[in-house]
Amino acid sequence: MNNKAIICQNLTKQFGKFKAVDQITFDVDQGEIFGFLGANGAGKTTAMRMLCGLSFPTSGKATVAGFDVYRQQEKIKASIGYMSQKFSLYENLTVMENIEFYGGVYGLSRSDIKKRSEDLVSTLGMSNEAKKLVGELPLGWKQKLAFSVAIFHRPKIVFLDEPTGGVDPITRRQFWDLIYEAAANGITVFVTTHYMDEAEYCKRISVMVDGRVEALDTPANLKRNYNTNSMDEVFFQLARRAQRSGD
Amino acid sequence: MPAVSLKNIFKTYDDGKVQAVNNVSFDVEQGELFGLIGPDGAGKTSIFRILTTVLLPNKGEATVGGLDVVKGYRAIRNKVGYMPGKFSLYQDLTVSENLSFFATIFKTTIEENYDLIKDIYEQIKPFSNRPAGKLSGGMKQKLALCCALIHKPEVLFLDEPTTGVDVVSRKEFWDMLKRLKEQGISILVSTPYMDEASLCDRIALIQNGNIMSLDTPQNIINSFPVPLYAVKSKDIYRLLKDFRSDPAVESCYAFGEYLHLTLRDDHDSKKTPDQLAAQYKTEEFEAHVITPLIEDSFIRLMQEKEHAVVT
Repeated sequence: MNNKAIICQNLTKQFGKFKAVDQITFDVDQGEIFGFLGANGAGKTTAMRMLCGLSFPTSGKATVAGFDVYRQQEKIKASIGYMSQKFSLYENLTVMENIEFYGGVYGLSRSDIKKRSEDLVSTLGMSNEAKKLVGELPLGWKQKLAFSVAIFHRPKIVFLDEPTGGVDPITRRQFWDLIYEAAANGITVFVTTHYMDEAEYCKRISVMVDGRVEALDTPANLKRNYNTNSMDEVFFQLARRAQRSGD
Repeated sequence: MPAVSLKNIFKTYDDGKVQAVNNVSFDVEQGELFGLIGPDGAGKTSIFRILTTVLLPNKGEATVGGLDVVKGYRAIRNKVGYMPGKFSLYQDLTVSENLSFFATIFKTTIEENYDLIKDIYEQIKPFSNRPAGKLSGGMKQKLALCCALIHKPEVLFLDEPTTGVDVVSRKEFWDMLKRLKEQGISILVSTPYMDEASLCDRIALIQNGNIMSLDTPQNIINSFPVPLYAVKSKDIYRLLKDFRSDPAVESCYAFGEYLHLTLRDDHDSKKTPDQLAAQYKTEEFEAHVITPLIEDSFIRLMQEKEHAVVT
């Protein structure tokens, strides 16, 4: 074992002749906040599905939390958390029921679930909402709850797929407070976003273009290398090279 | 006559339990590019649906092209183009079939108004025989815009056309809107991306069904009432926590590689950014005054509102 949360070597996914992900190579450290950027259609979702144990690579190697993406998909699934803007929680279950459900799915004991869920709702300041249906909560609260549920089983890594889309600017920042806290507790955060200011909150970011990782560095170094002071501009310079369009 | 006018519009859902639009009034002038800027759930889509005559307001009056949205709904539907937030074309029809379909139901032809859509349509023409459902996100968006334009509407309603779209496609889309505006079409567009606000002639910042501010982007920025600092240090997360805990700090939040900071003026323990940095033994500290962005104004207005509710 080493202290890398994710190791990717020439990881490739091909659909027929189309290389959705084309030999990507990178490492993510344990406890790092890693931004995974790219234009629509660059291959982010396909890469993420392989890393989450949901799809087999065509070639290349990768381990996630020390487990092999070909042979140990189930172990990967048990060691990670996942949250996206689209699929978050069951709207017709209450806050508490959602937490208990996910705790159960990940095999936590009843006593663990009870203790941790009480901590969770009080940390989020949602004690009064615990018995409310999730569907009745404002979007910002849902997203914060969904994140907390995604790390409820204390995974080694959490994958966040555009977690803050459409959320107001204050809630977006509160959400990042939660991300920082999770990282400070040793959880590796792998996050995609369309907000370039959020890219700056990551320790390192990669930018995918046409299935390949075209750039990978700290935000400061990337800006220096692309001779600009805006992350927007870095992304723009890279993404406009793309030959294939859209997702 | 304004292209669009709303007077004291209210809309509630669930027997009044959800207040989606709360006393909203504004005009969109002829040939104007007007932006509704706000997060999900702010009430943007309800406003669009009321103006495109597919939803009745509870109270208030609205006109589009001078026609009342309730009494004149039939005539309005022929005069406006509407691109809903959710992709709403026929997925199993091809690109060109979708376009002919929309031309036909508006009793026109593709040829008649081809000038208007030419720039946009040429980009998707190579895929004209592909089912719309099989297009990429960016191409779907372009086709939807063509279909909304094919009957040469007076007013164009675009509900979050760039949500979930990457920076490059977003830039292209706004360039297209600029060209349409130059052809005299009035446009009401909504977006959750604050950085797109500066591309509009005027904007309304909307949150929880209320308009918090309405003006040109420049005037909204100019009316930011206090100096805004961008600050950073070696350990930015610690800096955020330290500054937030200090009574001299009015607000401090992350913004890209910097924190944005405003200070209390009236407080007994009034301090400068450098004094604060010294107090917390901040390493590699730097601070400078910056021009606020629309997002700063939005955050400030939201905080003022929350504060007003608390006190």
